[in-house]
Amino acid sequence: MSAIAEKKVGDTLEPVTLSPVSRLDLIKYAGASGDYNPIHTIDEEAEKAGLPGIIAHGMWTMGNLSKLFTPYYDEGFIETYQIRFRGMVFLDDVISLNAEVSEQAEGKITFNVNAKNQKEEDVLKGTVVFRTY
Amino acid sequence: MFEEAIGKGSNKVRNTVERGAVRKFADAIGDAHPIFVNEEAGKASRYGRNIAPPTFPRVFDYGEIVGLGLPSKGLIHGEQIYHYTRPLLVGEDIHCWTEVKDYKEKAGKSGTMGILTLEGKGEDSEGTLVFRAEQVVIITEAVRKGMEA
Repeated sequence: MSAIAEKKVGDTLEPVTLSPVSRLDLIKYAGASGDYNPIHTIDEEAEKAGLPGIIAHGMWTMGNLSKLFTPYYDEGFIETYQIRFRGMVFLDDVISLNAEVSEQAEGKITFNVNAKNQKEEDVLKGTVVFRTY
Repeated sequence: MFEEAIGKGSNKVRNTVERGAVRKFADAIGDAHPIFVNEEAGKASRYGRNIAPPTFPRVFDYGEIVGLGLPSKGLIHGEQIYHYTRPLLVGEDIHCWTEVKDYKEKAGKSGTMGILTLEGKGEDSEGTLVFRAEQVVIITEAVRKGMEA
């Protein structure tokens, strides 16, 4: 793995494709985060809310996306992590996580980040500013 | 309907970045990296201990804003921003509070949307700000009508 500080505009971080979203993923996230909104875990509640089925917590996907940067914590840290929730994530969706350098400045690397579903639709989109030591 | 809440905040609440909670959280987002979960790796790192993932502040208690009665169902999370001065360290205490930063209403396809911006903050025991967390919540017309009823 090459140093993050050496990345240039247009370079990407190693993308990650997640296993199909499972109910257990969302139950685990509910427990770990304390977000027990039932539209994420109980079919009837999701349907009552007008959804075709349970949907992933937006914060679950945002949490997953940050792992692209985890291998680089010895070089710096995520200073700003900004995300817009663009689309819903359903059970069995296959989510891919991507980051591309948009700006490189002294001590500060800005990335465009996104999470896409199997239809190549953005479900999350935003920016990460990684500050290097 | 939340215009009068702008500027209102909660009292500070002490939270601990608990080792077990960090492990559980890292595992739940598929990121059980040694920097988060392995004590030896944490000690050997530049931080001298384990750190928490950047979205971990989701688990903190920010206290209650008196008079801000948000419905428990139907809210849509529109946007989330974290801004850090340094990573959160496992074992440290973080004092958190939250404030209503903004509220606007906007005509949309399915009626009037309320756009509520909440800002959470966390500072360490020395009173140094560690992070800010901005959350934009969308309140649809249907949900707002339900609250008024």
